[in-house]
Amino acid sequence: MSTVLHSAPRFASNDGVLAKLTKALGKKVVAAKEEHGEIVITVARGEIENALRQLRDEHEYQQLMEIAGADYPQRGERFDVVYMLLSVTKNHRIMVKVTAAEDTPVPTVTTLWPVAGWLEREVFDMYGVIFEGNADLRRILTDYGFEGHPFRKDFPLTGYVELRYSEEDKRVVYEPVKLAQDLRQFDFMSPWEGSDYVLPGDEKAATPPPPPPAPAPAPAPAAEAKAPAKKAPAKKAAAPKKATAPKAAAKPAAKKPAKPKGDKA
Amino acid sequence: MSMQLEQSPTTGDEVISNYTINFGPQHPAAHGVLRMVLELDGEIIERVDPHVGLLHRGTEKLIEHKTYLQALPYFDRLDYCSPLGMEHSYVLAVEKLLNVEVPLRGQYLRVLFAELTRICNHMLNMGSHVMDVGAMTPNLWLFEIREDCLNFFERASGARMHSAWFRPGGVHQDVPQQLLADMAEWLDTRLPTLFDDAMSLVVDNRIFKQRNVDIAKVSKEDALAWGFSGPMIRAAGIPWDIRKAQPYDVYDRVEFDIPVGTNSDCYDRFMVRVEEVRQSARIMRQCLRDMPEGPVASTDRKVSPPKRAEMKQSMESLIHHFKLYTEGFHVPAGEVYVATESPKGEFGVYLVSDGSNKPYRCKIRPTAFSHLQAMDFMSKGHMLPDATAILGAIDVVFGECDR
Repeated sequence: MSTVLHSAPRFASNDGVLAKLTKALGKKVVAAKEEHGEIVITVARGEIENALRQLRDEHEYQQLMEIAGADYPQRGERFDVVYMLLSVTKNHRIMVKVTAAEDTPVPTVTTLWPVAGWLEREVFDMYGVIFEGNADLRRILTDYGFEGHPFRKDFPLTGYVELRYSEEDKRVVYEPVKLAQDLRQFDFMSPWEGSDYVLPGDEKAATPPPPPPAPAPAPAPAAEAKAPAKKAPAKKAAAPKKATAPKAAAKPAAKKPAKPKGDKA
Repeated sequence: MSMQLEQSPTTGDEVISNYTINFGPQHPAAHGVLRMVLELDGEIIERVDPHVGLLHRGTEKLIEHKTYLQALPYFDRLDYCSPLGMEHSYVLAVEKLLNVEVPLRGQYLRVLFAELTRICNHMLNMGSHVMDVGAMTPNLWLFEIREDCLNFFERASGARMHSAWFRPGGVHQDVPQQLLADMAEWLDTRLPTLFDDAMSLVVDNRIFKQRNVDIAKVSKEDALAWGFSGPMIRAAGIPWDIRKAQPYDVYDRVEFDIPVGTNSDCYDRFMVRVEEVRQSARIMRQCLRDMPEGPVASTDRKVSPPKRAEMKQSMESLIHHFKLYTEGFHVPAGEVYVATESPKGEFGVYLVSDGSNKPYRCKIRPTAFSHLQAMDFMSKGHMLPDATAILGAIDVVFGECDR
C-alpha cells in the first residue's frame, strides 16, 4: 500500500516482520502476504499448533484474540480458519491461517491458549470444521439439537426450520420454514459493469440462430438437451451469491422485479 | 414404620453428591439470556458451564447479504448498551480496506461520541453491578446520567440507542453547535456531581467491598491466556488500552491516563471503570476544545453521499446519491482485522471483501465471549452469590456475545 489515509488503529510497523516470521517458521509456511497493512501467514494445517507455539514463545505474540472461519465453496479445501494474534509487548497484530475441508481435522490450539476452546467450538458450530484434540467440541451458538452449519455459503439465509409456540400442544414446536413471500434479495449490481449473472431474457441473445431443419428423427432429443444446458450456467452463476440451495428454482423468477431499473425509481 | 437411627453425614463413608442448578436464562442477574449450569458443593461453586447463544441472530450471515452501508445498523444491535463503540470498529475496517481519509472534524466527532458511549455503557454496567450485589440507589442515580447521554445521542442522530451515526468515511451529519455547548456544560456540572454522588455511596461501602474484594482474582498470565481485554485486563495490572497503544482516529491527539488495577478482583474491575468514566470526560473536553470546523465526512463521493442541498442542484450529486443508496460502494478485495477499544474491551471486525458491494465475510469478535469462557475458572471455589458479582464485573451483554 502506498500512503495510509485511513485512521484505523495504527499498531507497530510491519517493516521486515513478514520476512522475519516466514524465515523463522520455515517449512511450516505455505503462503504469506502483506496487504492492506495486515500480515497474513498461511501455514500447513498439521503444523498450526507448532507454528502458533513458536509465534507465542519466540515472537511474543501472547494473546489469541479470535479464531474466524470463512467458507469458499469453490475451493477444494473450502474453509479458512484464521487465528488473530496480538502481541502486547511488541504492539503488533498478525493473522495466521489454515485451510481445511469438512473431513480434514485441524489440530486444536487449546493446548496453547485455553481461550481457544470456545473459539474453536464456534467455528465448528458455524462451519463444521473439526478440531482434533478439543475435548469439548459441542455446538455453542445454535439451538439445542440444531442440524447443519449455518454460516456455510450453501446454507440458506432463512434456514430450514422455524419454531413457534403451539397453543394446542402447549409447547414450542419446530416446523419447516414457510415463507409467506419469497425472500427478496436485491443486489443492485450495475448490469453494465460486468455482473456475472444473465438478466432474464438476455440468454436469447447468446443463443445461436435456430439450426437449419435437420433430418426428422434426431431433433427432438437434441433440442431438449440443449434447453436445460443453456439455462444451467445462468443459474449457476447466480447461485454462489444467493446461497439459497433449496429455492434455487424459484429464485430467477422472484428476482425479476428487483433487477431492471423500474424498481430503483 | 420402624425407627431409624440418624447418622451424621460426616461420619462413615457416605458420599454427598454435588448438585447441579440452572442459573438463568431468565434471571435478572444474568444480564440477559445467559444460562449457566452450576455444579455446587453446598454453596460452593465447583464447575460452571455457561450456555450462550440464546440470542444468536446470525448477524454475520445477515451482513453477508447486505451492502456495506446496510450492514452498519446491525452493529448498533450487537452491544445495545454501547452502540457507537460497535460501529466504530466496523467503519474503521471498511475505511481500512478502502483506504479513505476521514476529515479531522469527523474524527473528533467520532472520538467525542465514542467516549460518550463509554460513559453511557459504564453507567449501565456499574449500576447493574452494584444492584447485583445488593444496592439499589446508585443504579437509579447513574441512570440519570445515562438518560442525559441518550438525549445527546438523540440530538446528534435522531435515535436514542441505535444511532447508525458513524458511517464509512466519517459521520452521517454534523451536530448542532448548541449540542456541543450543552455537552461541555454537562461535563462540567451535571456529570461530576451526579457521578460523584453515586460513587460516594459505593466505592467505600463496606458491603460492596465485602462482596467484591478478592472475588475472582486472575493472574496476569491467565488474563493473557484467556484473551482478556478492556477493563478486565487492565484490572489484572496490564496497562493495555488499544486507544493508547494503537491509536485510531484522533486518540493520539488527546491526553488521557489508563487506570490499572492492583489486585485483579471484581472490585478493581469496578474501580477501573470508575476512573475510565473520568478519563472519558477528560477526552471529551479536549475534543470539544480542539475540534476544528470543516466537513464531517469524506469528500470522496464514491464513498460518502453528497449533501441533500447539493443533490437538488447538481445532476452528478444526484447520481452519486442514487448509486450509493442502491448499489452502494465497492470495496477492494482483501481482508483486514480491525479492533478498537470498545467500552467492554477489544471489539474486532474481521472483514473479507471480494471486491463487490457486499462483505464476503464479516466476523465479529465480541468481548464478552472470551470473558464468559473464563467464568468457569474464575468462579471455582467461590460462593454461589459471588457468581452474580463476577458476572457483573465482566460486563456482559448478550446482543454482542451471541451475535
